[in-house]
Amino acid sequence: MSIALSAEDISRALVRISHEILERNHGSKNVVLLGIPTRGAHLAVRIAGIMSKIEGANIPFGTLDITLHRDDLRMRPPKAIMPTLIPQSGIEGKDVILVDDVLFSGRTIRSALDALGEVGRPKTVQLAVLVDRGHRELPIKADFVGKNLPSSLDQSIRVSLSETDGTDEVVIEPRVQL
Amino acid sequence: MKHLLSIADLSAAEATKILDTATELARTSDGQIKKLPTLRGRTIVNLFAEDSTRTRISFEAAAKRLSADVINFSAKGSSISKGESLKDTALTLQAMGADAVVIRHGASGAAQRLADNEWMSGSVINAGDGTHEHPSQALLDAFTIRKHLGKGSSDLQGVHVAIVGDILHSRVARSNVLLLSLLGAKVTLVAPPTLLPIGVETWPCTFSYDLDSVLPLVDAVMMLRVQQERMTELFFPNPREYSRYYGLNAERMRTLKKTAIVMHPGPMNRGLEISAEVADSARSVITEQVSNGVSVRMAILFVLLTGSHLEVGSM
Amino acid sequence: MIQPKYHIKNGTLPNGEKKDISIENGVILSIDNVGSVASISSDYVVVDAKGSRVLPGLVDLHTHLREPGREDSETVLTGSRAGAKGGFTALSAMANTSPVADTAGVVEQVFRLGQEAGYLDVFPIGAVTEGLLGLSLSEIGAMADSIARVRIFSDDGNCVFDPLLMRRALEYVKKFGGVIAQHAQDPRLTVGSQMNEGEISSRLGLKGWPAVAEEAIIARDVLLTEHVKSRLHVCHVTTAGGVEIIRWAKQRGIDVTAEVTPHHLLLTDDLASTYDPIYKVNPPLRSHADVHALREALAEGIIDIVATDHAPHPTESKDCEWQEASFGMLGLETALSIVQKTMVDTGLMDWQQVSERMSHTPARIGGYEKHGQQIAVGSTANLLVIDPSQIWHVDRDLTMSKSTNTPYHGHTLPGVITHTFFQGRATVIDSVVQKIGEVQ
Repeated sequence: MSIALSAEDISRALVRISHEILERNHGSKNVVLLGIPTRGAHLAVRIAGIMSKIEGANIPFGTLDITLHRDDLRMRPPKAIMPTLIPQSGIEGKDVILVDDVLFSGRTIRSALDALGEVGRPKTVQLAVLVDRGHRELPIKADFVGKNLPSSLDQSIRVSLSETDGTDEVVIEPRVQL
Repeated sequence: MKHLLSIADLSAAEATKILDTATELARTSDGQIKKLPTLRGRTIVNLFAEDSTRTRISFEAAAKRLSADVINFSAKGSSISKGESLKDTALTLQAMGADAVVIRHGASGAAQRLADNEWMSGSVINAGDGTHEHPSQALLDAFTIRKHLGKGSSDLQGVHVAIVGDILHSRVARSNVLLLSLLGAKVTLVAPPTLLPIGVETWPCTFSYDLDSVLPLVDAVMMLRVQQERMTELFFPNPREYSRYYGLNAERMRTLKKTAIVMHPGPMNRGLEISAEVADSARSVITEQVSNGVSVRMAILFVLLTGSHLEVGSM
Repeated sequence: MIQPKYHIKNGTLPNGEKKDISIENGVILSIDNVGSVASISSDYVVVDAKGSRVLPGLVDLHTHLREPGREDSETVLTGSRAGAKGGFTALSAMANTSPVADTAGVVEQVFRLGQEAGYLDVFPIGAVTEGLLGLSLSEIGAMADSIARVRIFSDDGNCVFDPLLMRRALEYVKKFGGVIAQHAQDPRLTVGSQMNEGEISSRLGLKGWPAVAEEAIIARDVLLTEHVKSRLHVCHVTTAGGVEIIRWAKQRGIDVTAEVTPHHLLLTDDLASTYDPIYKVNPPLRSHADVHALREALAEGIIDIVATDHAPHPTESKDCEWQEASFGMLGLETALSIVQKTMVDTGLMDWQQVSERMSHTPARIGGYEKHGQQIAVGSTANLLVIDPSQIWHVDRDLTMSKSTNTPYHGHTLPGVITHTFFQGRATVIDSVVQKIGEVQ
């Protein structure tokens, strides 16, 4: 087990991502952040907080649950369905930033795009992730990356956040064989 | 969880999982989204060996909202009415590749027979078997009660529910007694002594012969339909007398707590077990039970048809 | 055809004595102390029964052989083979065939089929009422006078419900010392009934079959029997309350006998929780308390005999929903093992009592003269050999019966019947049913 990102690394990465989002979108005016539960949702709240400090404006944020849109429902027991909470302003014509903790095969993001399609038609959809560990199975790429962590398939990446796990860190560890 | 045959097979956690899932699904269908891709490519058969338009439509709507393919196999005009055995019907469904069978049948235990034998491999969902159980109805009733009376938590601790009427022949009552007590509610059955089963004192509930003494105490009252055939089987003198002692009318409704709700699994006999004023009153959540039924049945299909018990290769 | 002679050595008789028994010409020729015979003539077939019990051939007063009418589920021949396998040398064929055994013609046909099969004696039971309909008496006298010499009359499957008709039947059979075997079930209290009424039927939503439906008829019938001074046999008693009524009647000196089935000595109503109709039977399986009372009553002699109520059904009658399924289960091949398991291995009865309950007393009730005799020189050689220390596995695919509806499939039971002798001929050798009617 090795610590890939410390609490400080995480907070620095989120600040940088926030700046990059503002830069790419020429400010925050048209931006809506949607986190993918569970940890993506907490990251979206944090990024929204940082952006709002920088901009001195309210940044709309919400959650987008993808459980009902997964393509692997036949194979594994689903996680509990989490709420999808879209801000009052909606997403129609907005620049939607999807936020997740780890980008891996890309299947979660594909499901998220499907789920988003049910909610409305944004102007653009961008993707922010804390960690990109590679091994993509679909043509999907992140626009904002906290840290690239090339890993092997027999490793797993565990993201802890204070909101759910009591502490902020990202560790690489051997995959537990089930 | 592969099948839903009886509430007795559920743990409190499993029941709560279905209700929580239904809550999220209800939120989804409140918006403009009417259809989810979740069960795309799956086949669900509604095998209704006994007429029940409401339950069949409810399951059909639930399956379609999750994008499943639905095949309806109903009593009238089908091979079931021509004396085909349950076994042969099951073998047919297996050959058609049904992922799940929603079965309504006049014989108690029919759903369990379907699940226990090696006639077919899909999930079996009991949509009412004889006078045994009707688990999806109980789940939607619990969902409705939780929505109105749940004290913020996920269980029904402290909620008191009266179930009134023909308990002896009611699968709705059997499933509800098990589920509501599992979730922490107190249940009181109210019926004339002829319509309470032998051994009811061993059920996880209390019972009474006197509706008037129970009504002021409860948070929800569930009225059961009195079947036409009971009238000729010596269970009570006549419908008038039944109604006088066990019918819920406006006068009796006034003795309920202010917050109490009135439920009925339908179809109602207006004027017999429930008066029109009560059925149409603000306390009545009867039509809401119907719409909740779709969300709860979506949740049941979702929980049973997703997961690793299915035979698929790994990728 | 010359019958082989048999020398059964080292066997233990019901009373516990170890003896060597020689059989010749259909009778017991000699009974000697073990090893006391210097040499056995080489024309004897020697059966070593060391460690085994030698018992009188069993007599069943309640068998459904289904012929004529339902030969798809059992015939007199297949039922006879199943009986031989189970140690029986006499069966009583119930009258609910198609046509019903309510005339001399039908009972003589069944009787002859039994003789032709040759594995054991088949004694027909005559219907009490014409067509089992409960409306008018059948030709009881003609059946009694036929070559089948019918002495037991029963509408089994149906109860003789009309009290006047029951009274007349009890009176009528006095002419020739007959007996009415009543299927005690009040039909009004059991309309559509599926299983024992109680906590479990209520939970399962299966229509209840109250104990009182049986007990009320038993009570009525013992009083009628007392009034007309006749003889009553109560079929398949299943309830503790029924036992108490019979106890009371016997104390009053009423001429009543009663039977219990092996399955009611072992199985209980909670098995219905599977909804598997293999456990659906009439009368229904009852509670643990009832099973306990039945065992006590059989040991005490309040219940006189064990009778199988062997009821074969084709697969499709059980491979369905509970309420659609037929009532009944197989019993002949497992009866003695179940009695050993429930009564002997539990210490409630010894083998002498088993012989009384399953051979001597049923033969006396039915008036079957060549059966149920004491194991003594000169007695008809109707015998069985069972090794109580061995176990066997019940496999429905290996039944001698034409049907497979045994509730014991997959069970391991004690007591292996190795030999059955019917009138001196071995119908079963080393647990294998022999071909009778062909040269051995």
